[in-house]
Amino acid sequence: MRFVAGSGKVGDRIFSNLAVGAAITILALLGGVAAFLLIQAMPAVSASPSDLPGGKSLIDYIAPLAFGTVLAATIAVVLAVPLAVAVALFISHIAPRRLLLPLGYMVDLLAAVPSIVYGLWGIFVLGPAAVGPMEWLEQKLGFIPFFEGPASVTGRTMLVAGLVLTVMILPIVSAVAREVFSQTPRKLQEGALALGATRWEMIRMTVLPFGKSSIISGAMLGLGRAIGETMAVTIILSVSGIVTFNLISQANPSTIAANIALDFPESTGLAINTLIASGLVLFAITLVTNLAARAIISRQNIQ
Amino acid sequence: MGAAGATRAETEVGKAEMNAVTTGAQSAPESVAATQGRPAKTLETRSVNLYYGDFHAVEDVSITVEPNKVTALIGSSGCGKTTFLRSLNRMHELTAGARVEGEITLDGQDIYGSNVDPVQVRRLVGMVFQSPNPFPTMSVYDNVAAGLNLNAGRVKKAEKDEIVERSLRGAHLWNEVKDRLDKPGSSLSGGQQQRLCIARATAVEPEVLLMDEPCSALDPVATLAIEDLIGELKSKFTIAIVTHNMQQASRASDITAFFNLEETGKPGRLVEIGATEKIFTSPSQQATEDYVSGRFG
Amino acid sequence: MSTLDGGVLPDWSSYGVVAASALLSAALLLAAGAFSVALLLVLTVFVAAVVTYTWSRRIEGPRRAKDRLITLVIVAAFGLALIPLLSLVFEVAKRGIPGLSLEFLTESARGHIGGGGAAHALVGTLVITGVAALISIPVGLMAAIYLTEYGGGRLGRALTFFVDVMTGIPSIVAGLFAYALFALLLGPGIRLGVMGSVALSVLMIPIVIRTSEEVLKIVPNHLREASYALGTPKWRTIVKVVLPTAFAGLITGMMIAVARIIGETAPLLVTTGVVDSINSNPFSGRMQNLAVYAYSEYRTPGVFKQASYDRAWAAALTLIVIVMVLNLVARLIYRRYRTEIR
Repeated sequence: MRFVAGSGKVGDRIFSNLAVGAAITILALLGGVAAFLLIQAMPAVSASPSDLPGGKSLIDYIAPLAFGTVLAATIAVVLAVPLAVAVALFISHIAPRRLLLPLGYMVDLLAAVPSIVYGLWGIFVLGPAAVGPMEWLEQKLGFIPFFEGPASVTGRTMLVAGLVLTVMILPIVSAVAREVFSQTPRKLQEGALALGATRWEMIRMTVLPFGKSSIISGAMLGLGRAIGETMAVTIILSVSGIVTFNLISQANPSTIAANIALDFPESTGLAINTLIASGLVLFAITLVTNLAARAIISRQNIQ
Repeated sequence: MGAAGATRAETEVGKAEMNAVTTGAQSAPESVAATQGRPAKTLETRSVNLYYGDFHAVEDVSITVEPNKVTALIGSSGCGKTTFLRSLNRMHELTAGARVEGEITLDGQDIYGSNVDPVQVRRLVGMVFQSPNPFPTMSVYDNVAAGLNLNAGRVKKAEKDEIVERSLRGAHLWNEVKDRLDKPGSSLSGGQQQRLCIARATAVEPEVLLMDEPCSALDPVATLAIEDLIGELKSKFTIAIVTHNMQQASRASDITAFFNLEETGKPGRLVEIGATEKIFTSPSQQATEDYVSGRFG
Repeated sequence: MSTLDGGVLPDWSSYGVVAASALLSAALLLAAGAFSVALLLVLTVFVAAVVTYTWSRRIEGPRRAKDRLITLVIVAAFGLALIPLLSLVFEVAKRGIPGLSLEFLTESARGHIGGGGAAHALVGTLVITGVAALISIPVGLMAAIYLTEYGGGRLGRALTFFVDVMTGIPSIVAGLFAYALFALLLGPGIRLGVMGSVALSVLMIPIVIRTSEEVLKIVPNHLREASYALGTPKWRTIVKVVLPTAFAGLITGMMIAVARIIGETAPLLVTTGVVDSINSNPFSGRMQNLAVYAYSEYRTPGVFKQASYDRAWAAALTLIVIVMVLNLVARLIYRRYRTEIR
């Protein structure tokens, strides 16, 4: 039956083509990212070590950077996740109910701050403030490789960079945790309370198990963010390129992202290809992290 | 019933031993003597008024929930029966702005006293909810033992095994789950889950058991099983049950309390309370008569 | 077996213990000559924890004591998390305000040795972000429409998957991609404003898609069906019924996406470069935004170091204010204009 001749059908055709076109464009875009990066990275992969910056092979160039990336990100996740869970629990279960939205908003504000601002804050505020505690760490806990020292006097250390990353990913993990905690079914929580559990026991028995997989996926989101973070680390770290677990000294490894930010503007030729190759490695690491996070979520959903 | 009776006598002795361990020797003699159940405590309310903020939800209820009997609270939706029930184990106050006025005593002790910890009250006054709520991340065994585990370290494994089995037997669930104790609590059917919740509630030996429409989410077969169970449980506990189902009330209870709302916006009131048979055949209030004969509700 | 006696700590106990601990800690620190606000806070929490636990354990029992202790720890953790936020706001304001001046807002850096303003960066921010939005919003919105209105199938599932992947692309990699793309088209060594916009689009598109998809999904089906029942073709239904209903949410999503990328530095470092003068043509020559400006003022301060740092902080302050305002306005718009769905 025809009620509308012509315009409806043509309009529909055009519109749906536009929509499909948009979808395809985006997929092409992503394919493009991978493809172009690969093309531009190839020269570095096939070059001989003497032509590359630093005169080392590509792997030797990237490995310390990858180490630094993982080290900084690990510090951030290890510190941020327990803190984020506590913050989420505070907002969802301890603070008065009507403060749920405002408090959540305050924590989320941390996520809106641009990373350059975090970088400036890190080097001008947190760094100097951390010098005293780092000296204390060197004195009291210097036997642990992390705190071997000698403590930096400027505060431009891996520890401070890690702390700034912690603050940056805290709102991400906390928002995910807060979401799932406040969705814990009421009947489960009441069931625990009716058995004579204290509030903390109730949280331990119902809220935390319920939110476990969300916390993990939130942590991995945070990890991905920390791995890819550039500006804060670029500004804060005093880089010497060595691979070390010493968190409080002047000599630190760089991260892949920071290295690109520092070297790219002045680089030419093969150096650029090398940097792009390192960017590809960074992309691969974040990809794996994100896919793992999604796999965890979907496994939980199947259960 | 001989074998079951012998088992129950054994478990009574076992329970006496446990009582002696946890509360001192006074209660041991009376538990050993009672081979058919133990004397439970009386729950009394005097002039209880319940509020949600400014909203007056339940007005002036004074009843006695008698020991070792089943008291049914009936009435139409929204008349405050569940609100009243939840005040008996201090769950009402969990809602923001909720308030209790009046006196509620368990065995003579005011459960809202300034020196009283609500956590302790809830240990002594247990609750089974409308929709079965086993802890999904815990196994069947851990679900039943959940209350026991809260007193961490005080109960040894062998004792715990014994209590879990006894509670599951008491809830008529043992035979169905004895080979699946380590499976998650959520893997059972609806009726089984509710019996699991009952086992969980009874495992901690409360004085009073409150049940909020325990069968409303279950099919008729499961419902009958639970009703039979309630009849058995009253030998050990004081039971109060909120129900929408009048047939259930008349089948399963000894005493019935009828709640009613005069009009929406007004607080719910207790209209009449008495022996179940009397309430259903010759109630003294007209409103009660109207409700039980199905003229409204 | 009655166990309702036992005891309960008085209502004022939590506040009382914290106050007393604070006083005690202050006294101890002053006596030891090592007073500082940070130490005071740490010591107060520690003392309060010990006092709370022992007092509660004696009167209320071990389980209650543990409950109180953990509650205290959680509250302290929240306080700890607030400290960076407060410090950020305070320090950025304190250090940024001195650098804010008319000159800052109206002059560019060209021709000013060791001085000048950020006008070129402001213009650059507007242009780069504007072009990025121009690219991302239509594409992202149409893709979201595709996902919600034209259903899944393989393309839809692939798209959803890759959008998830895209949200995880590090910003610098997005910059590298834009560089690589233009290097292929125009040869290496080029720096253009539009390259930065392309890089930012890679970051912006997934956000636009995600937020748009969410609000489009909320539009109830019966509205669409009512429109179809009137004989309206699908595209008109979308344009005249679905989009207007979701309008507030769509705008909010776009503003959030803009707020997200307006402060980006890394992708622009590798694409648009650093420049001194005002350039409003995205297709010709270098351009920088406020974030890159802040970075370059810090990294390569002019003759008067402190003045450069002041300007960096001023740029940071401006950025934060812009981002906060965008977020706030986005939320207000959503609350005020969203269509109530029955």
